[in-house]
This record gives sequence, structure tokens and C-alpha cells, in this order.
Amino acid sequence: MLKKIIETFFWVCVALSPSCSRNSSDILIGEYGSLTGGTATFGQSTHRGVTMATEEQNERGGLLGKKIKIITEDDQSKPEEAKTVVLKLLKQDRVIALLGEVASSRSLAAAPEAQKAKIPMLSPASTNPKVTEVGDYIFRSCFIDSFQGEAMAHFAKSLHLNRVAILKDIKNDYSVGLADYFERTFRALGGEITDIQSYSEGDIEFRAQLTALKGKNPEAIFIPGYYTEVGLIARQARELGLNVPLMGGDGWDSPKTLEIGGVSVNESYFSTHYAADDPDPKVKDFVDKYRKKHGSVPDAMAVLGYDAAALLFDAITRAGTTDPGKIRDALAATQNFSGVSGAISMDPSRNARKRLVILKIDNGNVHFYDAVKP
Amino acid sequence: MTEFLQQIINGLAWGAIYGLIALGYTMVYGVLRLINFAHGDIYMVGAMVGYYVARWIPQGTGLASFLSSLLAAMIVCGLLGALIERLAYKPLRHAPRINALITAIGVSLFLEYAGQLLFGADPKFFPNLIADKVFLQWHGIVINQIQVLIFSVTIVLMVLIHTIVQKTRLGKAMRAVSFSHTASQLVGINLNAVITFTFVLGSSLAGAAGILVSLSNPKIEPMMGIMPGLKAFVAAVLGGIGSIPGALVGGLLMGLSETFVVGYISSTYRDALAFLLLIVILLVRPSGLFGRSTAEKV
Repeated sequence: MLKKIIETFFWVCVALSPSCSRNSSDILIGEYGSLTGGTATFGQSTHRGVTMATEEQNERGGLLGKKIKIITEDDQSKPEEAKTVVLKLLKQDRVIALLGEVASSRSLAAAPEAQKAKIPMLSPASTNPKVTEVGDYIFRSCFIDSFQGEAMAHFAKSLHLNRVAILKDIKNDYSVGLADYFERTFRALGGEITDIQSYSEGDIEFRAQLTALKGKNPEAIFIPGYYTEVGLIARQARELGLNVPLMGGDGWDSPKTLEIGGVSVNESYFSTHYAADDPDPKVKDFVDKYRKKHGSVPDAMAVLGYDAAALLFDAITRAGTTDPGKIRDALAATQNFSGVSGAISMDPSRNARKRLVILKIDNGNVHFYDAVKP
Repeated sequence: MTEFLQQIINGLAWGAIYGLIALGYTMVYGVLRLINFAHGDIYMVGAMVGYYVARWIPQGTGLASFLSSLLAAMIVCGLLGALIERLAYKPLRHAPRINALITAIGVSLFLEYAGQLLFGADPKFFPNLIADKVFLQWHGIVINQIQVLIFSVTIVLMVLIHTIVQKTRLGKAMRAVSFSHTASQLVGINLNAVITFTFVLGSSLAGAAGILVSLSNPKIEPMMGIMPGLKAFVAAVLGGIGSIPGALVGGLLMGLSETFVVGYISSTYRDALAFLLLIVILLVRPSGLFGRSTAEKV
């Protein structure tokens, strides 16, 4: 009797499971991101970008004659949760492709599952080189840290700076990696690294390091950190009379840099994915559309989310089928896809080759300064 | 040489803050023999109170707005200290000492996560109440107004506390309680009042430290109290826990040695140094620099 009940229950479950009840006329794509938790703004902005791209594509008639349906899961900014929700998307929803994540640590947690299931995964913003090394189904539509570090080294040279000091966050892989690429390239270009000092995420006192840096008279300081520390570092540097330009990477890209740094971050430069005041008409167009819909200027994550989704749709169109293997091949063959943040081409290691913009902070404002093509 | 002198100034200003937090640790320990691990988090509450008060006051009023936010933070933290003592520690006064210690860790975690819920997890920017102008510039060495302020407020508060403990009747009662709870009750001292007063005083010092730190390092968040709290504890042990001048000297030594380690060796060893110091003191001179070694009563 009991066996019978269990058996019936099992079949009812199977009959009700989403894979059977879903509408087969939709193309299902999974998105996972940090909609809540410590980096909630990353996930929310990305989601807005992805949603905008999906709506536009559906208005144009969808993909391969079907509507696109994005299934979004929240990983609460936790790597272990990212793995769980991706398993759900793969096994239960049977998505044909995955979009996510922003943070490299969470992309790294989920990527092995996508690779195992042979479902292509496209990360919009994870810059750590290790992410796409997981396997041949893992892609990213942003540049990687080596490109960023090298570009900033060339840029420093172009400003006729010859003596640069580095202050890096020793506990953060991103910061350490970026500092290494910068140092190597800058030395190769004939520049001199006067000193390398370090701090740890969460520190508030940097005067000891800055005093040591000041003793070597650098012409600029490269600080590849996150926005939470950069503002304070700038303040304390100016207090100690260290009035040289500061430079950094996309970790600076937040209004908090200006809020905490105030006038101290003036005359600073950092590299990032996109600038809202970029003269490129494609950017202008997107900013207008976004502002109409959400009432604010899009941040870099919204743009990267939009580009990643659009690139994926383009690859599915080129593949002409919803077979994940064919979509993978189409993604790998991407050449000069025209995104808002620039033209995207996939290199053989599935990393996007695309341009980077350099922003200048001036009088409490962030301006587009220069763009660097790979 | 310039760099060396500048590092000394950096270290003294940073150490003064450790000293101020350590003062509160030392006072509570002296009277109750309790290490109040929530002390660092009260320091966080002080910074948060200052942040909200300062936003009410119109900008640019300088010293007046600084003093009012300092006062507000000290009062709120004093009250919070009294409340914590009444709710968390008083019921455990006759329990084994380890119970109170574990409760202190619980209170500390409670304040941290309640802070996250109340103030949000993202860092806030503490407004510039005092312009960070240069106070003195000499051969490339820079001393800042805020550094001078931190140092002088710390000295004033330390002298004040020392006077209260050594010269007033209440201070005499505190010293009596620190010798023996039972005997002081027998001579008519109101034990509860003295202990509550100690907590109010110690916690308001933490509040003051919160404001001073936020002035010179204006980024505040609910977890900001953990590390400074632990470091100040080491400073208090270094100076001799229970000794008021010892707390200040311990704090200054901590600040100086951290600055030198970061400036001349590597920032990686900074936290290691603090706890290495703790181990060395406990091995070599457990009573600290200024502490009296007492024989355990049997």
C-alpha cells in the first residue's frame, strides 16, 4: 500500500515538474546574479540591462521565431549559493544558455556545473583570467585584468610619467593581479616603479604606506583597489602633501569614490568598461533609453549586462538552432559584434577583446578622457 | 630622516586612538575583572551617532559642531553601556567569569549585526566637521589639525579620568570595588551604582574615540569596531590592564610599532605584530608595563 502511495506521488511530481509544464514555444535562458547581499547593486544593474535587451529582442520578433524567456535566480552575493541556483537552472529549468555572474568568485563557483552540463555560460563582467579557463563552454564579454593593467601602463607612459609607485590591496586577487600586469608592462616600456606598498581590504589608515611612498618621490601612484578604500587613500595622500595624480582600474567605478574622496581625487584617472558621456552615438542612444525607463544614468554593470544578453541572442541567431553545442560554436566565432560598450570579438581563450575607456576625475566630476583599443 | 619623523607623527596620532579605546577596556576590567568585548562595537555606535548628529547640524560650524557630535556620541554610548551592563552582565555577576566573557562576545556580535540591519552594510562617509588643514609644516613634515585635535582630546580625557578615579569620592569607591566586591559592600558602597558608573564612563570614552577616528579616517561601517577593539585590548594588556596611564602608553606603543612595521617592512605583518606583542607580554611580563603583579588569593 505504502509503495503504491509513493509511486503515485512520484508520478504526480513528475507530471507537475516545470520541465513538463513549460511552454515549449519559448527559448529559456538562465540568468543568475546578486540581486541581494553585499554587492546587490551589481546584480540589480546587470538584471536591468539583461531585461532591456530581452524586451527589445522580443519586440523585434524574438529569436528563431520564438519568444525569449529569461529565468532569473538570486545568489545573495554568495559563491555557494551561485552554484546551487545554477544547478537549479540547468537541471530543473533546462535552460539552453546561462548569463552571469559579475563577481569572478561566483562565476568560478558556478562555471564547472555549466561546463559539466555542456551549456554555454557567458559572464558579463568577471575580469579574473581564471574564469574562462574552467572549460570551453565558459565565455566572457568583458576585457580581462591583464589588458586593463597593460592599458593603464601605456596610458601612464603617454602622460610622460616615468616614476610611478604602486599601492595594492594584498588580500584581493583582482588588485594583486592588476598591479602585477601594470608593473610588468610599465617596466618593459622603460618606466621606473619607485616602490610597491600594500594594504588590506577594510583598512582605514594608510598614512604609514603613503609616507613611505612619498620618500621615493613618485610622479604618480597606481592604486588598483576598490572604491571603498580609494577615497580614503586619496584623502590621506593629499594631507601628507603627496599631490601627484592617482590612477586605478574599474574597481574605482562607483559614486562612492567621489563621495569619500571629495576634492582629493581630483586629477585622477581610472580605466573602466564604459563612460556615460562617451561621444559614441551608440552609448548616447543607450543612455537615453535607459534613463527613460529607469530614471537614472546606467552604470557600467547595466551596460555590460545589456551587451552580454545581446551578444548571446546574436550567437543564437547565428547558430540558427537552440542546440547548446552549436550556440557555443557561434559564441566562440564572434567577430566584431557591435555592443554599447564597444565592438566585441572572442579570442581563442573565450575572452572578449574589446576597447576600454579611461575616465578622468576633475572638479568633482567624472569625464570620458580616452579610449584604448586592444 | 623626514620620513622617519613623519612616521613617528603618524604612529602617535593613530596610537592615541588605540589609547582612548584601551582606557575604556582598562576601566571596566579594573572594576569588574571582565573583558568587555563589546567595547569595540560601542566605538562603532559612537561613530554612527556622530554621523547622524553631524548631518543635522549645518555644515561649516567647525568646533561647535564637532563638540556637539562628540557630546552626543558620548552620551548615547554611555547610556548604551549602562543598558548593556544592566541587561547582559548584571544577571551574571555571581556566575563564573567565563559566562560573562562569552556573553560579552555575544553582545559584540549582536551590536555588529544589529548595526548592519539599522545602518546598512555599505560604508558611509563621515562629514568633515573640522577642515583638515595643515597645523604645522616643517622641512617636509606635516602635522594636521585633526591629528593635533585627536592627541589633545585623548590627553584631556585621560587626565579627566585619572582625576575622577584618584581624587573623587566616586573614584575612591571604584578603587575599593576593584579590590573586593564584598568588602566594599560591607563598608556601605552602592556596588550597582559604582559598576554602572564605570560602564557609562568607559563606554562614553569609546564613543569619543569613534568620533575622533571618523574625523581623520572618514569611512564608517558596522564592522569597523572589530579590529580596533582587539588591538586596543592588546594595548590595554601591554600597558597593564587596570592601569589608566598604562592604557595610553600601551596605545601609543601599539600605534608606533604598527606604523613602523607598515612603513618599513610590509603591511602584511601589521596585524601579526599586534598579536605577537600580546603573546610576548603574556609570557614575559603578564602584568604589563604599568600593572601591579598581584598574588592570586587562595
